[in-house]
Amino acid sequence: MAQELKTTERQVPSTLDGSERTRSRPVFVPRADIYETQDNVVLLVDMPGVASDGVDITLEKRTLAIRGYAANQQHQNYRQVYAEYDAGDYERVFTLSEDIDRDGIEASQKDGVLRLVLPKAAPAKARKIPLKMA
Amino acid sequence: MLLSDFGRIGFDPFVEMRRMQQEVNQRLAGLTASAAQEFPPINLWTGEDSVAVAAELPGISPDEIGLTVRENILTLKGTREPRTEDEKSVWHRRERAYGTFSRTVQLPFRVDPERVEARFANGLLEVELHRPEADRPKKIQIKG
Repeated sequence: MAQELKTTERQVPSTLDGSERTRSRPVFVPRADIYETQDNVVLLVDMPGVASDGVDITLEKRTLAIRGYAANQQHQNYRQVYAEYDAGDYERVFTLSEDIDRDGIEASQKDGVLRLVLPKAAPAKARKIPLKMA
Repeated sequence: MLLSDFGRIGFDPFVEMRRMQQEVNQRLAGLTASAAQEFPPINLWTGEDSVAVAAELPGISPDEIGLTVRENILTLKGTREPRTEDEKSVWHRRERAYGTFSRTVQLPFRVDPERVEARFANGLLEVELHRPEADRPKKIQIKG
């Protein structure tokens, strides 16, 4: 179904499309869930801090690239005293198998989770063949 | 590069070993992404008379988050439910954590429970807490 190309925790600079990044922010590989239902392959990607207009999805041939740009957190007159996470951008690449209907891919973003629905192409769907009564 | 005579007889143990090594490496690489970590991760900022706590809570709706504050202790609770449309679905990859979570944070000072502002947007929770009026350092005038 979908297969990732990279599994590193951090990748700087990005060579996602062969070019160098021009933003000096950390880049994370977001956590993803992939499950398959009867008709679709569903991809859930955690990208906290990324608004719906900060998501960039490109599909080139069989390569699905997901990018999320998080807005800068403004904390004026504040001093950071403790940190467990770092704000940054997200990037992850998946390779789609042939049996995905590429024109029917739907994407939505809610509460920092990107949801991609990839419908299976017609030949890959299992067809039930009814028996004719003689 | 090692050369072996086994290639001629149709079976090369070195190729087999390399293949196995690759397979094990692939499996281990997947572990780092799902390694156990405190959930949710939090950041803390302090200002002059206030403290800001931010937490990454992707996929959780704001009304599912329980926030309580007592003196200088802030508790964050909630549940993240797995979402699947039907039982027939098959998992290919599961890196995102599910279940109940609870975190208790000790703040650097006592806060006023009446003056807490919490905002939630795009999976990021931000809580701003203020020091109570009575606890603030008072400026003392020196009589000349």
